[in-house]
This record gives sequence, C-alpha cells and structure tokens, in this order.
Amino acid sequence: MSENKTFIQSICTIQNSEIILDGETIFKMEPTSFSDFSKKAYQDFEVNYPKFFKMDSLSKLAFLGAELLLKNEIDDLKENNIALIFSNNSSSLDTDIKYQKSISDAENYFPSPAVFVYTLPNICLGEISIRHQLKSENSFFIFEDFNPAFMMKYASVLIDSKKADKVLCGWVEYLDEKYKVFLYLVGREGIIEHKIETLITEFNKQLWKH
Amino acid sequence: MVREVYITETNCITPIGFDVAANIKNILGSVSGIQLHNNLELMKTPYYASMLNNDEIKVAFAKISSIKNYTRLEKMMILALNPIVKKAKLDKRTGFILSTTKGNITALENPTSANFQKAHLSQLAKNVADFFGFKTEPIVVSNACVSGILAVSVAKRLIQSEMFENVFIVAGDEVSEFVLSGFNSFQAMSDCPCKPYSKNRNGVTLGEATAAVLVSSDKENAKIKIIGDGSINDANHISGPSRTGEGLFRSIESALTEANINSNQIDYISAHGTATPFNDEMEAITFNRLGLENVPVNSLKGFYGHTLGASGLLETVIGIQSVIENKLFVSLGFDEIGVSEPITIIENNSDKEINYFLKTASGFGGCNTAVLFEKVN
Repeated sequence: MSENKTFIQSICTIQNSEIILDGETIFKMEPTSFSDFSKKAYQDFEVNYPKFFKMDSLSKLAFLGAELLLKNEIDDLKENNIALIFSNNSSSLDTDIKYQKSISDAENYFPSPAVFVYTLPNICLGEISIRHQLKSENSFFIFEDFNPAFMMKYASVLIDSKKADKVLCGWVEYLDEKYKVFLYLVGREGIIEHKIETLITEFNKQLWKH
Repeated sequence: MVREVYITETNCITPIGFDVAANIKNILGSVSGIQLHNNLELMKTPYYASMLNNDEIKVAFAKISSIKNYTRLEKMMILALNPIVKKAKLDKRTGFILSTTKGNITALENPTSANFQKAHLSQLAKNVADFFGFKTEPIVVSNACVSGILAVSVAKRLIQSEMFENVFIVAGDEVSEFVLSGFNSFQAMSDCPCKPYSKNRNGVTLGEATAAVLVSSDKENAKIKIIGDGSINDANHISGPSRTGEGLFRSIESALTEANINSNQIDYISAHGTATPFNDEMEAITFNRLGLENVPVNSLKGFYGHTLGASGLLETVIGIQSVIENKLFVSLGFDEIGVSEPITIIENNSDKEINYFLKTASGFGGCNTAVLFEKVN
C-alpha cells in the first residue's frame, strides 16, 4: 500500500473540568460533577442541540470533543467523508452498571430502553454521525490503554485506501465521574506528522501534565 | 500493489454443533438451536432463545484444559479458537482480534471488585489471549451487532497496512438477563422462533455462540479471498435503521468499488435478517436500490437466533461453506414474504455455483458493515 504522509491537524483533550484545543485552554471550571461540567461547556460553546441532554456521559464527552474538532471542518453543502475511529478502556461500563441496577432488584425492576441503548460504546459514534451528518466509516475499539501503533496504522489505511478523506480518532474514556478525552483529526495536509512517536508524546503531554 | 488477503481457517461453537461440519449437517437437516426456555433467573416469562448447554461446554473444555477459573464465555471462545490456533506459530506478526458486544457482562450481576474487573472487555481479551500465548496486544472490536463481520474487515485492513501477516479472530456473546431484558424493553423480542423477512415476523430471538477464523496474507490453504469492505454509519438514528438503508447501501457500494466488481456479479447474500419489522424492511429496500433483488439471500437467525457480536463472524463461517460446497442454505423460519420490496429468499437447500458472496450486518448506533468474498480456485 502506498505510504503517503498523513498529518495531525488538530488535537482536543478533556479532563478534570478542562478542555484544551491545540494546546490552548478554551474552557475550564473549578472541580465539579461531570454533568455540571458538560452542561456548562455545552452552554459556553453555544451548541444548541437539545438531544445532548438525552445522551449518557460517554456520548456527551465524545460529542463535546468532536464538536470542537469538527466545527470548522464540516461543509454543509457537500459530503464530508470524515471517518470516526474511537477507543477506550471501559467500553460502556458506566451505563452498563446503571442498567444492571435497574434489573437486579426484583422490587425495583425497571429496564429502560433509553438506558439500554447506551450500553454499547459505539453509540457515541452514532450520535456524532447524526449531529454532523457523517455517513462515513466508523468503529469502536477497546484497549487496556491508548494504543498509538494501532490507531496510527488504522487511520492511515483508511486514508490510503480512500475509504475516508480525514479521520477523527483517539481515546474517549468515561467511568464513574473519571474521564479523559484525547481526540485528534488526521488528514493529508498539516504540520505535525502523523507518527506513532508523535501520538505518544502528545498523549502524554496533554493528559498527564496535571 | 495492495496485498491480497484470505481466510484460511474457520471454526464455530454453537447449540447445533461444536465444529463447522456438525453445524452444516444440522443446517442441511433444518435443525435449529432455538428452543423455548423457562429459566426464571434470566427472564420472568418463558422465552425463545438459541442457547448452549452448560454441561456440553464443560465436557468439551475439560478435554483441552484443566484450568477451572475461566468464565463460560471465555471457555466458549477458547473452544472456538483452539483447533485453529494450535496449528500455528505465534509471533509479533500475528494479530489477535476479539469481537463482542457485551463480553462477560454477567459478572456485573454480583458486584465485587474482582467481577467488575472481569466485566472489562480488555480483561476478557487478555484471558483468552494468554491461554494461547499471543505475542501482540489483543484488539477488541465492540461495535454493536456488526462487530463480528467488522472484525474481518479490520483484520484485512491491518494485513494490508503490513502491521500483521495473519490475524486470528474470535467473536462471541452470551444470552444473559442483561440482553434479554434490554431487547424486551424495546418490545423487540419475538413470541415465536424468529421469522426473518416473513409477513408475520415480530422480532428477534436471541442466541449465543462463538466463531473463530484465521485471516492471512498467505494463499496456502485459503478457503476464500476477502476482496472488499465498507462500514458506514446511517447518520440517522441510534436505535433504529435508516428507512432508506443509506449506511448499508454505501457500505455495499464501498465494498463493490474496492473489489472492482458489479452488483450483478454477486451470487449469494448472507444478510443480517434479525426479523424485526424495521431491519428486514430496510435491507429489502437497500438490496433493491443496488439491483440485488434477484440474488439468493438468507438470514441464518432462524438457526442461531441473533448472536449479537458473534453473528457476523458465525454467519461468515457458514457462508464460506456455501461458497466451497456450492450450496445455498434455507432461510429457516421464512413463510410468506413480508417486506415491501421483492427479494429472493432461499426457501430450500439447493445447489448453485457461487463465486462472489456478500455478507452484511447492521446494528444499534446506525452502524452497518458489508464484506465481499471471492471463491479461491
């Protein structure tokens, strides 16, 4: 397969009530609950998408990251072939636990389809696809930790094989009020070369500096 | 030059057989794994499902290992992989993909910290990988009901990118109180064994199974060639398919373009066919949009129920046998056409020369996957 170069065009990280876009803090709060933080961030960015409030925490988190990276990428007048390749450690366990509680107690047996649908990690890809009308390649992977070698290869092969023009990829982890987002947009043009070493450096720099 | 990629080994563990040959024999005899169950621990009312017998799993597993602490699903996965992995040499050029929707979700029923760890999909993958001694980190694909067939596409792409020379895939899911209650809350469960594409279909029957394949760049012992794939989102709804089948349509188009063949060359489609009103209707619309209405199609859900993350791989394993043996297998449970556009359901087992085979699946989150295969001569 042809090894044409790809580049990291933009990076967004979210953790500890702070959102950083390309190295710059664009939203920050004093420590608070995720529901409060995500609601304030949504308001601050003037998103205006009421479906946001029906989403589970993993989808809200992925949605906010994608919103910032795709805001200037989407041209409503044409097809945007931007693939979504996300990964995390805990899958949808946060919502799985919530759903399990709704069926564990015979006295309070109340399984809800609105909760059950979020017991799949790829639902957040569906939410982002709907929001930005991305009829594009999408897959969700689970690893113990962020896997730069895999992510780099998989994003590159999608672009090289012309399955996608760009790829929004990275790590979206949410479990019990703890969350980390490291999302980045990969394309044919840019300054930062899309390499495994770069992903390791950027991931560590962005996410562990606190 | 794009590398050529093949499937060289297959296996499956299902209620109708613990190897491919036993499964094919039962399919030819119209033997289904679906039965009426009355297990109050899983559901308060009787339900139809295709379930594996615990004792049969135990007996089969005892023949290959004396280790006791594997979960039921881990045993099912190890059993599917064992005959094909034990022939191979595992090194840094051998990948391992595990595909599942809910993995060891039953561990959450008893919430201890050990069980909570067990419920992590990476832990499940590690336990199965360590049994065989894979040398590379497991890749878990968890993309709802397309997971099993998406894993084939991922393996092919990783081999094309030269990350691996070959990739073992295992796919599996269990019937649990968790998924039964969930599908039931959607009112998506059939009150009879599921009837894909039929007029009187009224929902899914759940099932459990594991399947395993070896995907390789080496043509030796190839059973089939993977020639194109696509996995495109509907961008329409998170819990229902697009009415026009846009994502599935584009997934198949993407696979056709890559394979450089026309839709009229496809000889057989193994479709998703969950027997929900919306899914089957969407598939019929999509196949018509692509001019595939006269291509023989079946859903194997009448034999296995919907085995979630296992289904796409299990149905690929059976579809490969159709190609090798030039046999179309009956779409069990079908009676009278119940979709608004015509499609050619396989009503009886029959012989047909099959060169090109299309496998499709669709799932929650608006996901779809299509993979095209070509006979190896």
